[in-house]
Amino acid sequence: MFLQTLITGLSIGGIYALMAVGYSLVFSVLNFSNFAHGAVIMLGAYVGLALATKLSLGFGLVLAGSIAGAGIIAVLNERLAYSSLRRRKAPSLYLMISAMGCAVFLENLVYATIGSRFYAFPEFFGRQVINLGESSISLLDVGAFLFALTAILGLHLFINRTRTGIAIRAGVSDMTMCSLMGVDLDRLIAIVFLLAGGFAGVAGVFLGIKYLVYPTMGWVTNKAYIAAVIGGLGSLPGALVGGLLLGIVETFVSTYVSSVLRDVFSFSMLIAFLVWRPNGLLGQDTEEKV
Amino acid sequence: MDYILSIVVLAGINMIAVLGLSIFTGFTGLFSFGHAAFVAVGAYTSAILTYYYSIPFPLALIAGAAAAGLVSLVIGIPTLRAKLRSDYFAIAILGFGEAFRVILENLEITNGARGLPGIDNFTTLPIVVVCLAGSVLIARNFLRSRWGAACIAIREDPIAAEMAGVRLFQTRLLSLAVSAVYCGLSGGLLAHFLSFIQPVMFTLLQSTQLLAAVIAGGMGSISGPLIASFVFIALPEALRVAQMWRLVAYGLLLVLIMVYRPQGLMGYSELSSFFRKKTGVQGGQKQ
Repeated sequence: MFLQTLITGLSIGGIYALMAVGYSLVFSVLNFSNFAHGAVIMLGAYVGLALATKLSLGFGLVLAGSIAGAGIIAVLNERLAYSSLRRRKAPSLYLMISAMGCAVFLENLVYATIGSRFYAFPEFFGRQVINLGESSISLLDVGAFLFALTAILGLHLFINRTRTGIAIRAGVSDMTMCSLMGVDLDRLIAIVFLLAGGFAGVAGVFLGIKYLVYPTMGWVTNKAYIAAVIGGLGSLPGALVGGLLLGIVETFVSTYVSSVLRDVFSFSMLIAFLVWRPNGLLGQDTEEKV
Repeated sequence: MDYILSIVVLAGINMIAVLGLSIFTGFTGLFSFGHAAFVAVGAYTSAILTYYYSIPFPLALIAGAAAAGLVSLVIGIPTLRAKLRSDYFAIAILGFGEAFRVILENLEITNGARGLPGIDNFTTLPIVVVCLAGSVLIARNFLRSRWGAACIAIREDPIAAEMAGVRLFQTRLLSLAVSAVYCGLSGGLLAHFLSFIQPVMFTLLQSTQLLAAVIAGGMGSISGPLIASFVFIALPEALRVAQMWRLVAYGLLLVLIMVYRPQGLMGYSELSSFFRKKTGVQGGQKQ
């Protein structure tokens, strides 16, 4: 029972981490809470679904298509809704409201055009399970978890080892200085949103396969905010740790305490972290500057 | 006629909640994605009082508003005392609103997610008009008082305000409590007008709609958000737009306002100032 709960928690945590990474990446560079991230995840899932059902592509192509689709959507989102705010250095709250507007707009646009039906992905992996003593692990969960880990590790390497990665980190620490050093900020931010969107696409496909595809599925991203806050807003390793931790804690609460209290518990954790440890477990000091 | 009447009543009820949020967001400068929870507190408290305990309607309304004020302290004291960054505060109150809805869905006395049906129809147009007029008057006087001036100072610059001797925590908490009381009153009226309430009526979406009205109407204005809120309720009803297209438009509107006109319809000015300008009297108003 304990082992089973832990494994389920880890597999959910992996998806939370995938969602939190994209959210956290945008937060670290632009310093605002991108509420539209959930809508991008949802659209990524719909792109993947369309590729899988209409063109009956295999899993690899579906994932690639969804990454590309969600990435492009995220970049467009930034161009249309955030870039002019960013250029005139509007308060981050304005960006946040604009993001909330995007989320409401995109979600209801899908409602109004595609409809509120729940769609299921075709079965890519069947229902194979590995039996481990008394507990059984679904291959999908293991695959999703390993993929999430690999992708986040890849992003970590990208940010720490490549020229573009260095530019991103420079942008995180000081945007104006970074641009004075000759970095094209618009291009840099487009890359950040492309990466965040790509991760949103992966998260969307895995969420869609594990659960279903529907217009409000993006609200699960609330959990990504919580994961990012726990790990430390703007920190990538923090997003991974926070996501896994939240997944495990949630699964244990719903198994051993009460499944209805799960969300109340998560949101209380969010508030507790914001109040007592706003920089999370691994985050850096992010005091508002005078 | 009944149809038009009901639209006007609904708009009036919504205007009270928007007015409350305007005090908190427009005049104190803190954003909230969770005020629908306070509307829910008012709605459920007053409905439970009249439904189970047959308490007279006016008393139940007051109790609902007071309960909303008290609940706002629960979230306000820890988050405002910690002096969270303004965007962290918005996330924290978002979390509070969502958690509160989950609690409502699982309580026995609220009848869970199915909602409370058969609440008495006490809310009439005159009652709403009286409540709204009283609310506007109180809000106007509050904002002209010492406390209101402190709120506006905090909005303009929290650090400078604190240095000038404004107590940040107390003032922000007061502003939150006042706005929650307004939302609670609006909720009580809503419950006794629709005669049916359900937790899904008080989600993040409703909080966003309230905030959208405040932002579209303009920060630092009382009349602007009231006009915006009336238009938001009345126009889609009059045009018979389906709910989801309405939300599509809200979302788009939020983005467009932020991009093109962040000061909103009437940012930092009032309807009455248009008339005053002609006579040249400009009683030292803060821009």
